[in-house]
Amino acid sequence: MPALAKVLRQCRNWKRRHLLGIKDLSRDEIERILALSLELKRLPAEAIRKEAPLRGRRVFNFFVEPSTRTKTSFGIAARQLGAEVVDFSPSASSLTKGESLKDTARTIESMGVDFAIIRHTASGAPHFLARYMEGAVLNAGDGTNEHPTQALLDLLTIRESVGRVTGLRVALVGDIAHSRVARSNIWLHEKLGNEIVLCGPPTLVPDHFPGRVSWDLEEILPDCDVVMMLRLQSERQRAGLFPSTGEYAHLFGLSQERAGRMKKGAIVMHPGPMNRGVEIAAEAADSPRAVILNQVANGVFVRMAALLLLREALR
Amino acid sequence: MSLVVRRGRIFDPARGVDEVGDLHIEDGKIVSKAGAEEVIDAKGLLVVPGLIDMHVHLREPGGEEKETIASGVAAAVAGGFTSVAAMANNLHPTDTASQVIHIRARAAGAGLANVYPIGAVSKGLRGEELAEMGRMAEAGAVAFSDDGFPVTDSALMRHALEYAKMLRRAVIAHCEDLSLTAGAVMNEGAVSNRLGLRGAPGAAEAAPAARDILLAEMTGGRLHLAHVSARQTVDFLRAAKERGIAVTAEATPHHLTLTEDSLVEYEARFKMAPPLRRREDVEAVVAALADGTIDAVASDHAPHAAHEEERELAACPNGVVGLETTLGVVLGLVEEGKVSLARAVEALTAAPARILGIPKGTLAAGSDADVTLIDLKAKWVVDPDRFRSKGRSSPFAGRTLRGRAVHTIVGGKICF
Repeated sequence: MPALAKVLRQCRNWKRRHLLGIKDLSRDEIERILALSLELKRLPAEAIRKEAPLRGRRVFNFFVEPSTRTKTSFGIAARQLGAEVVDFSPSASSLTKGESLKDTARTIESMGVDFAIIRHTASGAPHFLARYMEGAVLNAGDGTNEHPTQALLDLLTIRESVGRVTGLRVALVGDIAHSRVARSNIWLHEKLGNEIVLCGPPTLVPDHFPGRVSWDLEEILPDCDVVMMLRLQSERQRAGLFPSTGEYAHLFGLSQERAGRMKKGAIVMHPGPMNRGVEIAAEAADSPRAVILNQVANGVFVRMAALLLLREALR
Repeated sequence: MSLVVRRGRIFDPARGVDEVGDLHIEDGKIVSKAGAEEVIDAKGLLVVPGLIDMHVHLREPGGEEKETIASGVAAAVAGGFTSVAAMANNLHPTDTASQVIHIRARAAGAGLANVYPIGAVSKGLRGEELAEMGRMAEAGAVAFSDDGFPVTDSALMRHALEYAKMLRRAVIAHCEDLSLTAGAVMNEGAVSNRLGLRGAPGAAEAAPAARDILLAEMTGGRLHLAHVSARQTVDFLRAAKERGIAVTAEATPHHLTLTEDSLVEYEARFKMAPPLRRREDVEAVVAALADGTIDAVASDHAPHAAHEEERELAACPNGVVGLETTLGVVLGLVEEGKVSLARAVEALTAAPARILGIPKGTLAAGSDADVTLIDLKAKWVVDPDRFRSKGRSSPFAGRTLRGRAVHTIVGGKICF
């Protein structure tokens, strides 16, 4: 039996129609996605391309909010599996002519879409889309709500670099309030029973999440297995959430010196794109502890796994 | 260098101490026993922890014609104050660490009262973006305030309270709704009406105060209300404290004693923000000080150059001086039986120390030797021409006050 066919048998009995958020996933589903991603990574790329398990399927990239890396990653994943990828670019779309999201959904549905991959500025847009689609909806990032495939590729990276996904202390540092990456990761680690530490100024770290809040980066660093730095956006300064990137970097930036306080085997992550010199120093980003490029590479495999599993549930 | 303050009435509300005895000072600290080189005879004098004025405007850098740090700290020790907290609204606002460092260095150079800089909440006091509170705190800022101006944007005030919470410091609120106080030179009411002057109502202070109290409750941040003047503000403050909200407050000597009637001759020395109000407001503020609802007395010492005050009322700037009269005025309230001596001294020592988080306000052994010797019986007439402050605009000019500081010791050094 060809190696891929054996791997594809792991997809059987997947029931979930859409990938809208980590919030919805059971621990079992998370582990299945992770296991499948690892298997796909082990197979030679040529073997997968030759089998083309998604041949004849149409994948619609519906990126209302711009993206380069996620869109490219999903595109590579889909084409790797043999699917046809149609790109929906907002400036040329009827959305700008005032067509509602609902009508756009129905329009592309009538064109025969198996998978709609949506990134939107509004939290909940994928959930809305799913109501009008027969095909599968994958959330590539909705507002400040979730970015499930990011959290899953982060988990795959942790699995490879730390060697396990449970019994971990995971720190997220930065603008947690506005980060869909942070939210997806928090729900993920909560489901896995990991210890969560959220670090940043009180203006950027809300009270209502699981785990504990710290305002002292240096104090938490020595005990963490995973330190995930989040990007600081300049509009938050204009909104009065922090005074300056200089002060932010001084208090919460991962300098080389601070990274040196981390324990042996602990890793530094960042969803990208990085603001070098703000939330992370160049030396810390380029150090052996940093697994940022691994995260990017792993994105393709996690997205391939998601597409293959959701295919099982297609009507 | 050692010093003994002999036979004074040692009065330290922080420790509940009120007893006649000797106070020993060595190398700038209060000790249980010292080989006394120098002796101060404190017989008949009240010996209290060095007084702290947590709300003064020293004007430097930028406003040196009104006051300098040197003249300000000279005025402070003359008034019995060993420490002051300096507000940020200079011409060059204290909104970065370098200004905090500069002010501390200038104060150290003057070698009199301690100066604790207060950092701005917003850059340039513009009320738009947060100032670098973290770095200012590291440089020695003890609290944050845009005083002189309110923080009008509620989201910014909210964020300031949250951010300051991380730094374990209070945000000091100047509560004023500018749309209600526009053009006002005094309190709004029967008096302003009769005088033909534009007034601002108590609600212009109380409504923003209520907002700030709600934001403090929501964020868990520490709020301090500056210069409380209106009965309505006192009501909200009392309710907030009953709820356990982390809010403290101060009142000025003039809001504890003077009413809007003072403005009858249109004199600039009665013009300040918030304005002098009604008898009902004064009584509410005094009662609140007496029961601790208002924690501290602070002068809001706001000097201006003489030529600025020699104008028609509407053209005069807001603000009066207070470092050299505050103690006398507060002791007057004690003499009238309106506030206990313990509460009055606490309001000028332990309470401001606690609010600012500074290790002062007590005469416990090991503390810095900041001590004020007070003659409770001394009668004196307030003569602004003899002030050490450059500012001369005093609402108490010509009044006879009873009680004044006769010696002020800072870090074991006799500064006055």
